Amino acid sequence: MLKIKTPKSGKAKREIEKRAPKLVESGKKTLILQGTKTSNVLNAVLAEIYHLKKDSAVRYTRKNENIRPFESGGETSLEFFSLKTDCSIFVFGSHSKKRPDNLVIGRTYDHHIYDLVEVGVENFKSMESFTYDKKLAPKVGSKPFIAFIGEGFESVDELKHLKEVLLELLRGEVVENLNLAGLDHAYICTAVSSNRVFFTHCAMRLKKSGTIVPRMELVEVGPSMDLVVRRHRLPNDSVRKEAMKTAKEQPKKKVKNVSQDVIQGKVGKIYVPDQQVGSVALPNKAKGLKRERREAKMKHETNDRAPKKQKENSE
Amino acid sequence: MTEMDTQEHQIDLGHLMAFDPLHHFPSPPPSREELVKECLQKGTVLVQLIADALFNLPSTEDIDGPLVKLPPPMTRLPREKHLPKPKPPTKWELFAKAKGIKNRKKDKIVYDEQTGTWKRRHGYDRVNDDKDIPIIEAKMTDEPGEDPFAKRQAEKRKRVEKHEKNRLQNLKQAAKVGALPSHIQLAATALPITGTQAAPKKASKNELQDIASMAAAATASGGKFDKKLLGEKPEKHKGKYRKFLPVVEGTGIGSQERQQTEKVLNRLISKNSHEILNVDKAINMYNVKKEKKRKNQRGKDSSTSSKLNPKKQLQKKSLKKGGSSKKGKSK
Repeated sequence: MLKIKTPKSGKAKREIEKRAPKLVESGKKTLILQGTKTSNVLNAVLAEIYHLKKDSAVRYTRKNENIRPFESGGETSLEFFSLKTDCSIFVFGSHSKKRPDNLVIGRTYDHHIYDLVEVGVENFKSMESFTYDKKLAPKVGSKPFIAFIGEGFESVDELKHLKEVLLELLRGEVVENLNLAGLDHAYICTAVSSNRVFFTHCAMRLKKSGTIVPRMELVEVGPSMDLVVRRHRLPNDSVRKEAMKTAKEQPKKKVKNVSQDVIQGKVGKIYVPDQQVGSVALPNKAKGLKRERREAKMKHETNDRAPKKQKENSE
Repeated sequence: MTEMDTQEHQIDLGHLMAFDPLHHFPSPPPSREELVKECLQKGTVLVQLIADALFNLPSTEDIDGPLVKLPPPMTRLPREKHLPKPKPPTKWELFAKAKGIKNRKKDKIVYDEQTGTWKRRHGYDRVNDDKDIPIIEAKMTDEPGEDPFAKRQAEKRKRVEKHEKNRLQNLKQAAKVGALPSHIQLAATALPITGTQAAPKKASKNELQDIASMAAAATASGGKFDKKLLGEKPEKHKGKYRKFLPVVEGTGIGSQERQQTEKVLNRLISKNSHEILNVDKAINMYNVKKEKKRKNQRGKDSSTSSKLNPKKQLQKKSLKKGGSSKKGKSK
């Protein structure tokens, strides 16, 4: 026996519809969490990543003992959290003797693990350690520039994967229209060797130049660290194919009250409600009203008095 | 154009991303600071390239600044959720398509013949409401004693149930394909343990008490030390389930052992006796019948007082069943 369950309030219904699969998807939410043991460095790294992605990230601060992303049974908690918070990228930090300052960045598809990249963090410099002019500080939520330098990103498999994952993690919302005045920060990732990537975050200063295009100047502001690639897991081929499927072009939404005419071209209809001009209340001290009153009074008097006053009336 | 290949730099304007695949780093890197400086330099070059392309796009003026329409991104990234599947057509939709029935737009306000006013079609104070009908004329086919108003209501309820059933069937079909609307969930209300469709009936309060006491007795100490909740009644049948006769009989008790053995014997003998008539039962039935008759009579003529009633048979049902037949019955 089945029963139909529907949300009882409009708010609940709207929340559920926000999480439903859509044809065209907007940016992914990130889940930041940690394992049994973390180090100071790792705590700072996770805090700064959360800060950089304030609006579209969820941070869990408790330790989770049973999450082991690379083992077959240790992913259930991650998938559960992804389902509950509606996050499809996660950053999982853990610290152990074998893998110090470990970050596992992963993506999910339909709330199941899609792919994973494990990196170690070295030479971490936090945001506070950089001194710069406070006016340059980038605002939260602005769309960043992302630059990848180095042939390693093309030749080495793991770095290629890392490049894709970093792109997903660092790009903000997917927008169609961009305000050019709001561009203020950039992420630079450089493949120093075949397994090491130097990552840094800079604010951009736009200087006047002769042409429309301003001259860019980069000032290091944000966290900078060395990422050492340790392990990675590529997605299954079948899952990958399904995830890369794109929606067919949507038929354009019909515009109402607009039609094409051969003679006149584009014709639109505007519906104006009944305005009732005659019965609208006039404001109190309208000059016209005063005159009206005067005239009405005079009319009254002429009806009583001699026709001598008629001259004034005809004016 | 979203991709520009100047000096082998790949620019993806949709993501504001630039990629330089040709840079070669000297290994080992000279020093950390040199490295950082070089990275920043190269980074500046790339960012400048993106900005070049970006600012050359056609822009519209907005209150906050120039707005640019970004081209769609070149690098394809995987989706986070599956593509929404189209809903399968419902039973009515299929039927309408087959018959060629088109959906006609209905007005919200309809003219009501009965009152002569314009009323809304659905909702409070609607057209053709069941409760507004004052008189239903009787037809030849109507049975007497049947309430036509109640009949109309019952019919409406049946129709509503049918609609609900159809809706559930349509949703089940959609769920099979995987295209259930996002705000609806189908939940199982009851899980049958057997293979039948019958829903397990709810246990009554007394049943639950019995079951709870049985479960309590399953503990190692027989449920004696279980903490009882507020309002939970003590067990009905505590402790002893076997009765042992005292070893030494006192004076006032009587011969309990004799009674016990007699009881057992009588039961055994009555089982094997072939007497069909159970005299006690027959007497009881006769008495009950008489009582009933008397009650009916009393109901008809209430003048008779209770004092004139013949004495009721105040026989107790004796324990000896088969034995009495031998003693008293003279057939």
